[in-house]
Amino acid sequence: MAVSTSSVITLHINGEKFTLPVDHRTTLLDALRERLDLTGTKKGCDQGQCGACTVLVDGRRTVSCLQFAIAAEGREITTIEGVADGEQLHPVQQAFLDLDGYQCGYCTPGQICSAIGMLGEHADGWPSAATEDVRPEAGPPPLTADEIRERMSGNLCRCAAYASIVEAVARAAEAPAASRIDARPNTKEQAA
Amino acid sequence: MREFAYQKAGDVSGAVALLDADPEARFLAGGTNLVDLMKSGVERPTRLVDVRELPLDRVESTPDGGLRIGATVTNSDLAVHPEVRRRYPMLAQALLAGASGQLRNMATVGGNLLQRTRCGYFTDLSKPCNKRTPGSGCPAIRGEHHNHAVLGASAYCVAVHPSDMAVALAALDAVVHFETVDGPDALPIGWFFLPVDETPHRETALPPGALITHVSLPPAPVAARSRYRKVRERASYAFAIGSIAAALDVRDGLVHDVRLAYGAVASRPWRARAAERVLAGASADAETFAAAADAELAAARPLAHNEYKVTLMRNLTVAVLSELAEEAGR
Repeated sequence: MAVSTSSVITLHINGEKFTLPVDHRTTLLDALRERLDLTGTKKGCDQGQCGACTVLVDGRRTVSCLQFAIAAEGREITTIEGVADGEQLHPVQQAFLDLDGYQCGYCTPGQICSAIGMLGEHADGWPSAATEDVRPEAGPPPLTADEIRERMSGNLCRCAAYASIVEAVARAAEAPAASRIDARPNTKEQAA
Repeated sequence: MREFAYQKAGDVSGAVALLDADPEARFLAGGTNLVDLMKSGVERPTRLVDVRELPLDRVESTPDGGLRIGATVTNSDLAVHPEVRRRYPMLAQALLAGASGQLRNMATVGGNLLQRTRCGYFTDLSKPCNKRTPGSGCPAIRGEHHNHAVLGASAYCVAVHPSDMAVALAALDAVVHFETVDGPDALPIGWFFLPVDETPHRETALPPGALITHVSLPPAPVAARSRYRKVRERASYAFAIGSIAAALDVRDGLVHDVRLAYGAVASRPWRARAAERVLAGASADAETFAAAADAELAAARPLAHNEYKVTLMRNLTVAVLSELAEEAGR
């Protein structure tokens, strides 16, 4: 029996459907960048250690370098290209701009997607390793600078713009919709 | 990377049959370790059977007061589950101490148990490694081993198990349930991970092709006061150089019940039974805690560059047990 090592898949990205043939070895990261021209998502280490390739899958932050594109079929993927509402920047994007939450900018799309996911986790009451008392009775932890640093530790910045990144995330956390990503219906279809 | 076939498993028995038919196939769950190992060439499966969509993603209370944790529950979802945080805080803390937010959202309970060591020689195909290529040798023993094992290692391998979660599970007497073509079966976590001996490539007692379906936690009232503490070379997002899962129940100044397990010191999560024996019924004070640590660490055989771990684990044991005892006295 001939075993197929490639498939035609359909990915749901930023409210659009993309149908494309892929070799099964293609990571979601490479599908985004090399096949779909969504180059906002960056390739840093390609080993799950730097966070530059962070995207949201079904609303939760993940690294796109350690998932195969074919395994992401059927999931709602949001990349940095999909977080703004038209010309209206996402509150996290605006905060990074206002507070200089970057230097070279290479890690920034991953930082922003990660921060959006992290603020959603915090809004859902998730504790972190920086949380003193994890018992549910203790209530959700306030989003202190220590909490932000711990929760954002999966995103490295080689320019070390960390001080501004923490300030930007703290500023964004004050915006009411900071943890929300736009859940638009999948109306448009594209073939890549 | 070798080319591979891919299919989503429809049900557990189908998934198990697929692996039984093809010894070079692998289950894919979160992928955070397997995909990385496929990129480096350590893993070269011919087929991936994706088990993420199997109905194994629930955490349920059991009638006896324990928990049943599905194998595809993510590390995040388990860590934030109210019953885990309430009844087994050490488990929530261990999970939250592992990896990054992104990886915890992907990684699963079953995959976490089966993850491979981060020993640099294991992942470097240009180097010998008895775990990867049996009989080829272990360069770590005379080489880079500052974060390698001090307990239970052998002349064949000194790598450590990287999991934080499994350390808490070892302290909590978890049971690992799995399915093969012959049906369901289970292993207590103390038997699940094999000693290194002469066969470091054999890491667990899981039969070939078995799929972990869930982990059960027996009720453990002692765990309501419990803690996981992890020491790393940086403040966050790094593997442990030493860690401890501890639960302590003190009554009238005496140790009524205790659970103790160590991480990053052995090829498997290390249940500190010798220390527990010293502690049982003894006075809950720093002197006893130190004697318990010494009893456990008497078996330590450090290498040239990891002797610090013996001191580290002694200090961790005394510190964490003292904190728990102080809380009990409040």
